[in-house]
Amino acid sequence: MKCQYACHSADHLFSRRSLLGAAAGGAAAVASGLGGALAATPGVAEQIKRKHKRILNVFMHGGVSQLETWDPKPNTDTGGPFRAIATSVPGIHICELLPHTAKQMHHLAIVRSLNTKNQDHGKGQIEMVTGRNRMLGTDYPHLGAVAAKTLTPEGRFPLPGHILIRGGGGGTGQAAYLGPKYAAVVMEDGKPPAYTDRLASLSAEADARRSAFRAAASDRFAGRRRTADTDAYTFSYDQAADLLTQREVFDVAKEPAKDHDRYGKHEFGQHCLLARRLLEKDVPFVQINHSNYDTHFENFDFHIEQLGEFDLPFATLVADLAERGLLEDTLICVMSEFGRTPKINSRYGRDHWGTAWSVLLGGAGIQRGACIGKTNDNGTAVTEREVDHGHVFHTLLAGIGVDSKGEFDIGGRKFPVADPAKGPIKELLA
Amino acid sequence: MADARPIDATKTHVSLEHKHERPLVACRFDPTGRYVFFGAEDNLVQRFDLSAKTATPLAAHDSWVRALGCSPSGDVLYSGGYDGRLIFWPAADEKPRPARVIDAHQGWLRALAVSPGGEQIATCGNDNLVKLWDAADGKLVAQFAGHAAHVYNVAFHPAGKTLVSCDLKGVLKEWNWASGKHQRDLNAAEALYKYDTTFRADIGGARGLAFRGDGKQLAVGGITNVTNAFAGIGNAAVELLDMAEGKIVVQLEAKEKVNGLAWGVAYHPDGFWIGLTGGGGGGWLYFWKGEGFSEKTAIEFFKLKLPNDGRDLSLSPDKRQVAVAHADKTLRLYSLFEKTA
Repeated sequence: MKCQYACHSADHLFSRRSLLGAAAGGAAAVASGLGGALAATPGVAEQIKRKHKRILNVFMHGGVSQLETWDPKPNTDTGGPFRAIATSVPGIHICELLPHTAKQMHHLAIVRSLNTKNQDHGKGQIEMVTGRNRMLGTDYPHLGAVAAKTLTPEGRFPLPGHILIRGGGGGTGQAAYLGPKYAAVVMEDGKPPAYTDRLASLSAEADARRSAFRAAASDRFAGRRRTADTDAYTFSYDQAADLLTQREVFDVAKEPAKDHDRYGKHEFGQHCLLARRLLEKDVPFVQINHSNYDTHFENFDFHIEQLGEFDLPFATLVADLAERGLLEDTLICVMSEFGRTPKINSRYGRDHWGTAWSVLLGGAGIQRGACIGKTNDNGTAVTEREVDHGHVFHTLLAGIGVDSKGEFDIGGRKFPVADPAKGPIKELLA
Repeated sequence: MADARPIDATKTHVSLEHKHERPLVACRFDPTGRYVFFGAEDNLVQRFDLSAKTATPLAAHDSWVRALGCSPSGDVLYSGGYDGRLIFWPAADEKPRPARVIDAHQGWLRALAVSPGGEQIATCGNDNLVKLWDAADGKLVAQFAGHAAHVYNVAFHPAGKTLVSCDLKGVLKEWNWASGKHQRDLNAAEALYKYDTTFRADIGGARGLAFRGDGKQLAVGGITNVTNAFAGIGNAAVELLDMAEGKIVVQLEAKEKVNGLAWGVAYHPDGFWIGLTGGGGGGWLYFWKGEGFSEKTAIEFFKLKLPNDGRDLSLSPDKRQVAVAHADKTLRLYSLFEKTA
């Protein structure tokens, strides 16, 4: 497909590698300001202003129980055996399985009134991260792709804008019509992206010469026969080259030993520490998966185990982001594909439930210490401020300063940034 | 006048039903046979009077109560809850109030056992500890550390000075409660544990733990052959250990494998083991018999389909009935003899 680059604007005339080279380093270029045609491009200028905003999304795969986390109902017929504990925000109580997170609640907010009308894992995973109702045959971009697109000055950020740290659970971080450059770079089990080691048989000098030759050829080709496909290829090469030089960013082992102890040496602890490292490098979107919460059997034992793993590293990450001044620009979300049934089944399990459940937000753009929405006494229905995945998606984007009611212009076609039928939860925004 | 009908497990039948407002999680006969105490999904203990057919609530826990036991005389009830508390109650008072409340464990108190003479109470829980308490004054007598996972169950040896505990991973430890020291590790009930790599979680633990009357065998009930931890797809099983060797001698299972957990196990002095299951395959009572330690196959000679999943089992002091705590909000008594026409 021939790309409709009719505007011939400056940012389409050079490859990303050329720009970085001319500006003597991507980050330095951004920091020092880019003059001329680039800065005059309104969209790019706006994005540069937002360059330090970030989103951290923790996806609790399988469907974490709202009753064992953010909306406890102790000593009711549905409440289960756990107690509610006070948090650092007077009046807000959460489940006793989250004592460390409770101490960070003043940085966070709860939405207790999701009704996503869905009980299917796949559908829920897609809908929560795209903010749209799933329609067969239609793909929407993942929140990470949207964040990367809106927060990353195109061609000027030396790291991937959308990183998925996958520790169990699925998800591909699809970019859909935003294009493959915004799809997730997956760190499977927290390992650096694949094939980012230079071959031992290839010297650094030879590699640089080879890359320069390839870039020159690519630029020459792009001057006359540029397409969306060639752009994607060029971007991939450039990104791979960047990753080679920045590989240490992905190496959590470089973090101090005491921080490994603080976060815990188990998988989720390491992934939270890695997320901190990536966010400190201004990666716009980082998602950590935590698996698994699909507890049809022994819901309570499994939530003890899984939340026992989640609580301390997550709370440590929130506290560190706050202490380092990063929380002002980092929006946090903890979501799942759905919640779990208030009714406890005969096997001490809880089943799928999208009718009345919760998500946690916090940090940038969010009114901290807020608690939006209510469920009834035993959690079987939303009684106040019902919202769904669409509203949450809008809110996440609005929190980082993106006009979620705006549109993407993709090759001349307009695509709404988020579901146009929904809007942000305004009272949750700071 | 005592019932003269002979014990015949193959004639086991429901002899009493008591409905409660919430699903039951635990039950225990008192040693006099006057009461069955039970816990439910409501933070209460109920004292069910078998003659009057009435229940009296005992309220003091802040979570579900799955651990129940009585002093040998039946004067004192001990309850342990998921709130970590061990509570002493005057069992026969008209309206029992706590005589003693002990913050016994960090996290859930999962099980308790009363020593044969009644001097000590052993508890275990999610702090990976086994603790021993003086029944007279409630003081901590000993604390046994060594498990590396939640301790699911504990039982006193009926004759000796030891107790046995089993954790989530099937690790079985024997402790000398006279000396307060670890005595030995028994053959782990490895078949009752699995780390499910798909769901990244542990499934296992001794849901039932009981000695044979002479102390020569120990039964550990749980789940084996797990293929999906989060759906409870696995088979109820009981590991039987020879205490002299400290080794597992036989695995008791249903002839036709049943999905679920062995939530309770008890030895009947007529020479058979009783197992209770609950889970995907529903509630069942299984009856196994065998001739000795060397026998690798124990015979399931009877099974009874229950109206609903079982969650705990208690053999009556006269060994003629078992009480079962059911998920359908019902306490049921099953008589181990022929029903009167």
